[in-house]
Amino acid sequence: MNLIAQLPVLPVIMPLVMAPLTLLLPKGRAPYFWATLSSWLTFAACIWLFMDVSAKGEISYFLGDWAPPLGIEYRVDLANALVLLLVSGIAAVVFPFGYQSVKLEIDERQSPLFYCAMLICMTGLLGVTITGDAFNVFVFLEISSLSTYALIAMGARRDRRALTAAFNYLVMGTIGATFFVIGIGLLYQATGTLNMADLHDRLIGEDNRMIEAGFAFILVGIGLKLAMFPMHLWLPNAYTYAPSVVTAFLAATATKVAVYVLIRFFFSIFNFDFAFISAAFTYVLLPLGLAGMFIASLVAVFQDDVKRMLAYSSVAQIGYMLLGLSFATVEGLTASLVHVFNHALMKGALFMAVACVVLRAGSHSIHAFAGLSKRMPVTTWAFLIGGLSLIGVPLTVGFVSKWFLLDAAFSAGYWYAGFLIVASSLIALLYVGRVAEVMLLREPAEEGKYVLPKQDAPLSMLIPMWILVAANIYFGVRTDLTGDIATRAAEALMRMAGGAP
Amino acid sequence: MEAAIEFILDRYNYWIVIILMMTGLYIVFARGNLVKKVVGLNLFQTSVFIFYITIGKIAGGTAPIYRGDEVGHGGDHGDGDHVNGDHGGGHHGEGGDESEGHGSEQNGDHGEGAGGAHSAADPSAGQDAEGLHAKVDNTALDHSNDLKEALRNVDPAPAHGGESLHVLPEADADKIANNVLATDLKTPPANGFDVGDADGVAAEGADNTVDGAIDGAVDAALQGAGEIIIYTNPLPHVLILTAIVVGVATTAVGLALAVRIREAYGTIEEDELEAADDIAEFGHLPGAPSQASAPPPASSGAPA
Repeated sequence: MNLIAQLPVLPVIMPLVMAPLTLLLPKGRAPYFWATLSSWLTFAACIWLFMDVSAKGEISYFLGDWAPPLGIEYRVDLANALVLLLVSGIAAVVFPFGYQSVKLEIDERQSPLFYCAMLICMTGLLGVTITGDAFNVFVFLEISSLSTYALIAMGARRDRRALTAAFNYLVMGTIGATFFVIGIGLLYQATGTLNMADLHDRLIGEDNRMIEAGFAFILVGIGLKLAMFPMHLWLPNAYTYAPSVVTAFLAATATKVAVYVLIRFFFSIFNFDFAFISAAFTYVLLPLGLAGMFIASLVAVFQDDVKRMLAYSSVAQIGYMLLGLSFATVEGLTASLVHVFNHALMKGALFMAVACVVLRAGSHSIHAFAGLSKRMPVTTWAFLIGGLSLIGVPLTVGFVSKWFLLDAAFSAGYWYAGFLIVASSLIALLYVGRVAEVMLLREPAEEGKYVLPKQDAPLSMLIPMWILVAANIYFGVRTDLTGDIATRAAEALMRMAGGAP
Repeated sequence: MEAAIEFILDRYNYWIVIILMMTGLYIVFARGNLVKKVVGLNLFQTSVFIFYITIGKIAGGTAPIYRGDEVGHGGDHGDGDHVNGDHGGGHHGEGGDESEGHGSEQNGDHGEGAGGAHSAADPSAGQDAEGLHAKVDNTALDHSNDLKEALRNVDPAPAHGGESLHVLPEADADKIANNVLATDLKTPPANGFDVGDADGVAAEGADNTVDGAIDGAVDAALQGAGEIIIYTNPLPHVLILTAIVVGVATTAVGLALAVRIREAYGTIEEDELEAADDIAEFGHLPGAPSQASAPPPASSGAPA
C-alpha cells in the first residue's frame, strides 16, 4: 500500500479531493495558490506516470482492488499517458497564469467556487483519459462538462451572453452525453461487459445491427462533445464569452480529450474487422474533417472578435485531427496524436495572449488589438508566435503537425487531402495575418473605447504564457520527442485494432 | 400481420423508450422556452433510464435486492435438482479439466442476460465474476465471506477476458478440492475445481458439501428449484443510478442557468433573448420584425 503502487489513481484522486477543500479557504489569494499547488502536484504525478509507462509499458490499476471486468480498471498506455501529460501540463501553466485575469473577470466572492470548478473540470478530463471502463468515461465526461457549464456561465459578469452560451452548451453537451450512454448501453447489451479491453475481446467476430447502432450513437455523442464540424455550434459562443482563463484551459484540453476518446473507441474497442468502421472513416470523418477545415477557417476570417476567431479556428483544427484519424494508418494516427498535443500548445498560448489583452484593454474585439505592438510588445510577440504556429511555419509545432499530416495523406494515397491541408493553412494565414496587421501596423487608439495603457501584462501572466510559447518552439525543433511517442502509441493502437501497420 | 403485431408487442418497452426519446428531443429542438427545453432534455434522459432497465431485465427475475432469509438454502441444491446429468456424477474427479474453457463459452450469454447460468462454490471460490455480470446468486455472495479477497487471489495479471476469473489458482483449487474430497467423499483428490458452467442454460451444482453457491437459470427454476431466486441483472441498475444522478445535476445546472438568464435578460424565451442580444449589439433588430415584442435589454448581467 505504498504511494507508488497507487500512482495511476493519483492524477484523478488528488484534484478531486483538493477541489472541495478550495471552498473552505478564505476568499482572495488562498484558493488561487491552493489550485495552483494541486495542478502542479497532478502534473508531477502525470510526469511520473508517463515516465513509468514509456519505460515499462502499459500499466493497469484496479480501482479498490476489484479485478476487471467486474471492477473498474484504470489503464494507462502511451496514448493516454500523452494526453494526461498534456491536460495536467496545460493546467499547471494556466492555473498560475490566471490570478490577475480571474481577479478582473470573476467576482472575488466567487473565487473559491471558480477554482473549485476548475479543479473538478480538470479531474473530469483526466478521469476520461485514464479510465479503462466505458461507462466511467461517461461519468467523468459529465463531471468535466457540468463544471464547464458553470465556468462558462461565470463569464456573465462581463457579458451576459455567457449565460445563453452556457445554456446552449448544456443542451448540446447533454444530448451528446446521452447519445454516448445509449451507445454504451447497446454495447453492454451485446457483450455484457463495460471494461474496454474486455469489450474489445468480445466484439471480435461479432457484427450485428446492435453493435452498429451502438457505434453510431457513440460517434454522434462524442462528435457533439468534440465539436466535429456540423455539431460545433455550441463552441464559438462558449469560448467567446467564457472567462479568458477558462477559454485558455478548455480550448487546450476539453476537445483534445474528446478526440482521444474517439480514438480509444475506434481503435481499442472496435476493430477494423467491422465494415462500419472503415465506412465511418471514409464517409464520415474524412469529409467532415475536410469540411470543418475549410468552412470553419473561412468563417474565422470574417470574425471581428479575436476570441471567436480563434474558436472557429479550433473547429478547423479539430478537422485536421479527424482527417488524420480517417486515414486509418499508423502515420495518420500519429499525425492526429501529434496534432492533439501541438494544437493544445498553440491554442493555449494564443488564448493566454488574448487574456493579457483583455486584462489591459478590457475587450477581445479586434479593435482592441490596434497598435498592440507599441503598447504590449511581449504579449504581441507571444500572440504572433502562436499564430505562426497555427499557420504551420517551420520551427513551430504547427509545422510538425502539418508535416506529419501531409506525410500521412500522401502515403495513404489521399493526395488531394494533402493539397487541401496546404490550402486551408493558407486560410489560417489570412485570419492570423489580419490580427497581425492590426497589431503591428495600426496606430493605437488615442481615445474611445479601446485605449490601451502603455504597460504590458504582469509577470505572473507573461511567464506562464511564454512557457507555452517556448514549448511551441521547443517541440517544433525537437520533433523526435512527440513524434516518437505518438508513433509508438499509434502502433500499439493499430495492433489492437488489427489494422495493417 | 399477427407476427408483426407480436413483434411490436413483445418489445413494447423499446417502443416506449423510442417514443419518449423522440418526444424529449422534439421538445428540446422545437420549444423556445428554456425551462421547457430542460424538461425535454429530462424526458430524453429518462428514456435512456428505461432502456438500461430493459437491458437488465431477466424474465421471471426479481429485483436485485439481497434477501437474507435465503441463507442456508444453497447447500441443498448441490447435485440434486438441476445438475446436468453428465456433469453431476463425475465432476469431482475431472475437476481439473473442467475448470478450463468455461469462460469462453459463457461469453455468448451475457447479451440477453437470460442465459449464463453460473455456479460459484465456496468462500474462496466465490469469485465468479461472470455471475455478477449476469445475475448474482445471493447464496454465492453470502458464502463468499470476502469476495474481494478471493478476486485478488485470482491471478490479476491476465485481466483480459473472462477466462482468468473462472480458473482458480492451482494451489487454491488443490486445497479446496482436497478438503472437500477428503472430508466428505473419500475419493482421490483432484487438482482442480469446477467454478464455471459450460452449458450456460442449465445450472450446475458445484458441490453439495461446500455450502455451494448455485446460480439457477430460468428453466432450472421452473423445474422446481424454488429456493433459487432469479435476480435481474443488477449492473444496469447501478449504471442507471449513476446516470440519474448525472441527469439531476444537469437539470439543476440547466434550471439555475435559466434563473440567471431571467435575471439578466428578464425573459427565458429564446427568440426574445436573441432579439435582446441583437439590440445590445447593433442597436436594432436585423430585419426588425416587431420592435415592441423585445423587452428592453437589462443592464449587462451584473450578478445579483
